[in-house]
Amino acid sequence: MINYIIRRLLYVLPVLIGVNILTFVLFFVVNTPDDMARMQLGNKHVNQAAIDNWKHQRGYDLPLLWNTEQKGFKQATKTIFFEKSVGLFVFDLGISDSGRDIVADISQRMWPSLAIATPSLIFGVLANITFALLLIFYRSSVLEFGGLFLCIALMSISGLFYIISAQYFVGKLLALTPISGYAPGADAFKFIILPVLIGVVGGLGSGVRWYRSLFLEEAAKDYVRTAKAKGLSDLQVLFKHVLKNAMIPILTGIVVILPLLFMGSLITESFFGIPGLGSYTIDAISSQDFAIVRSMVFLGSFLYIIGLLLTDISYTLVDPRVRLE
Amino acid sequence: MAIFALVIGGALLVWRSSKKEHLRRPWLKVFNNRVGVISLTILLSFILIGVLDSTRLQHHKTLSNGNISNNAETLSVLDIVLTPLRSQVEKTYSEPFASTAYAKEMSVAEDGQTRWTYPRLVYGGAHLSDPAVEKNVDIVSKTIKGLAFGVAAWFALAVVLRLSFKRLFITQPKGVKTSLLTLLAIFCLMGMGAMLAPYYHILGTDKVGEDVLYQAIKSIRTGLVIGALTTIVMLPIAISLGLMAGFFRGWVDDLIQYLYTTLSSIPGVLLIAAAILMAQVYMANNPELFTTVEDRADMRLLLLCLILGITSWTGLCRLLRAETLKIREMDYVLAARALGVSRFQLLKRHVLPNVMHLVMITIVLDFSGLVLAEAVLSYINIGVDPSTYSWGNMINTSRLEMAREPIVWWSLTASFIFMFTLVLAANLFADVVRDAFDPRSNY
Repeated sequence: MINYIIRRLLYVLPVLIGVNILTFVLFFVVNTPDDMARMQLGNKHVNQAAIDNWKHQRGYDLPLLWNTEQKGFKQATKTIFFEKSVGLFVFDLGISDSGRDIVADISQRMWPSLAIATPSLIFGVLANITFALLLIFYRSSVLEFGGLFLCIALMSISGLFYIISAQYFVGKLLALTPISGYAPGADAFKFIILPVLIGVVGGLGSGVRWYRSLFLEEAAKDYVRTAKAKGLSDLQVLFKHVLKNAMIPILTGIVVILPLLFMGSLITESFFGIPGLGSYTIDAISSQDFAIVRSMVFLGSFLYIIGLLLTDISYTLVDPRVRLE
Repeated sequence: MAIFALVIGGALLVWRSSKKEHLRRPWLKVFNNRVGVISLTILLSFILIGVLDSTRLQHHKTLSNGNISNNAETLSVLDIVLTPLRSQVEKTYSEPFASTAYAKEMSVAEDGQTRWTYPRLVYGGAHLSDPAVEKNVDIVSKTIKGLAFGVAAWFALAVVLRLSFKRLFITQPKGVKTSLLTLLAIFCLMGMGAMLAPYYHILGTDKVGEDVLYQAIKSIRTGLVIGALTTIVMLPIAISLGLMAGFFRGWVDDLIQYLYTTLSSIPGVLLIAAAILMAQVYMANNPELFTTVEDRADMRLLLLCLILGITSWTGLCRLLRAETLKIREMDYVLAARALGVSRFQLLKRHVLPNVMHLVMITIVLDFSGLVLAEAVLSYINIGVDPSTYSWGNMINTSRLEMAREPIVWWSLTASFIFMFTLVLAANLFADVVRDAFDPRSNY
């Protein structure tokens, strides 16, 4: 087990290096540091000296991948790629192109993201499971057919419509919640309730269908038939046996998204003006802040891989039949 | 192009699978399912619109003096069909079925006095002398007329079909009947549209006075192109790499697994955003390569599909790898191998046909996701070019309109209706296809 985890952790390294190279190439294949400098300094009225100065401050005045002016080992290390990458692997994300400390920004902005993502996840899972169980309870009736159709209909609506219509009806017409914005502490409640609601409703369609198929698979097993033959009611079988045994895939499914909670939702956050990590990334994309985008991609990939690892491990913990080699 | 490839490829697939018993059975199942047939009919009519919009013609405008202009403009067949919608451009916003503009204006009345009133529209309801009295009656009569035309056209089509394909009606009575009924509904809608659209702006006009219905119809092509092109980009990569990883094992497998783990661990939106940004900067730095707006828009659309394709092959690849691992150990493959069949032939004749159902299911499942993704990406300005007609762009602009007082709601509603219809049809169809093709549901 320990061996396996260590091996998997070692496997994370080449993947992260790959991610890093990919984002680096994506940005610099057509974009030169000069372009970035001009972008940050405000396009037109910049002279070369200011650009050079900016590049020197940020460490972009080195060659991209290979430094011919240096000797030996330094040919590879005295480059933008190397200098900007090493920091990522020890989570020293450096400063953004606009001059702010990225780690400080992230540690400050992850709380609003978490404040929205955590309740969305919890209520989402609860709602999904409840509706999925209801659908199974009313199996092969009009109710199930209607419910399934509703699920597909919910899935077919773009997330944008949920957000825009909720903002309009709840925020503007009924004036129940503020349309956008955020306040720290206890005041945050009224700002996060609408995004959370949208998160739950938006995920309902696909979520219910997924849990339903999980439960159906479980309900087809022999022990369920035995339980029914023993004289237990449908409700008892559903809650005591099916739900309990389906907990394994449910839990592992949740584990994989746990680390991603930090990232927040890109679209929702920028729509509601919540100062979380999602809007941070979107802002960075639109202002072409390479350092932030790269850090966020790196962080996101890292968390995703950790999630996968946790899933595999949680499988062994909850199901003794699974052995990792 | 992409749409044509989609249509030809689809037709080819249908033709080939109709010859093979094991493929015909699930398709028959799809055609005997009412939901499947309805959604397929709707999808096909959307695709037909896309094809019409992709067929471009050189069109010479007729000038006001009756001569034909020398400057040719490229129009699609759909543009020509929708000419009244395309050319009847108002000044600015107007509500659906409105006969007056949306905002008050200073205007000079006949008696020479200036008044602060709602001006009449140039085209919308222009044939009425007193809109307040005549409008409702006119709309109802035109609707009824349109319905009658729709029913008549549908009836003609049904008779022609009946006469030419007698056999069809005997072998698949249920599917054809459902499909014809769906067509009846579509024909009625089209008849109504054809009657009303030249006289009214059915879904209103937007900020620059362009008909919203026209925009929404034109957006169909963008949605389809993204779905089709992305699939074309993704399929060869996913299939070849997936089969190779499962079949050859060893270092090939390791390499391919490494590739898709790396790609799939990058959050998709970020990768797409980075790539589109890169393209924008490239276009800004090399303006001489992209002289026209169309060039830029096409380039961006192509790039978007490329990137979407690159980010979305990993799922299918993983599935195919697992399935190939299973199939390569099966008896018939081992037997073929013992007989000395080459590895390429093994892959082509024994493995590929047996994973095709997975490919099928993934294609139809992914399609609706891609249409939705386009909207979201266009919204954060990393999707298609703002000059391209697309539902994402319509939503994007209507966001500001929602803040107006009183609000402009029809752009958003129009894009919602069209997008919802397409995606819902695609989702329902995907569901039926999956049920029919999934071997697990066949016992």
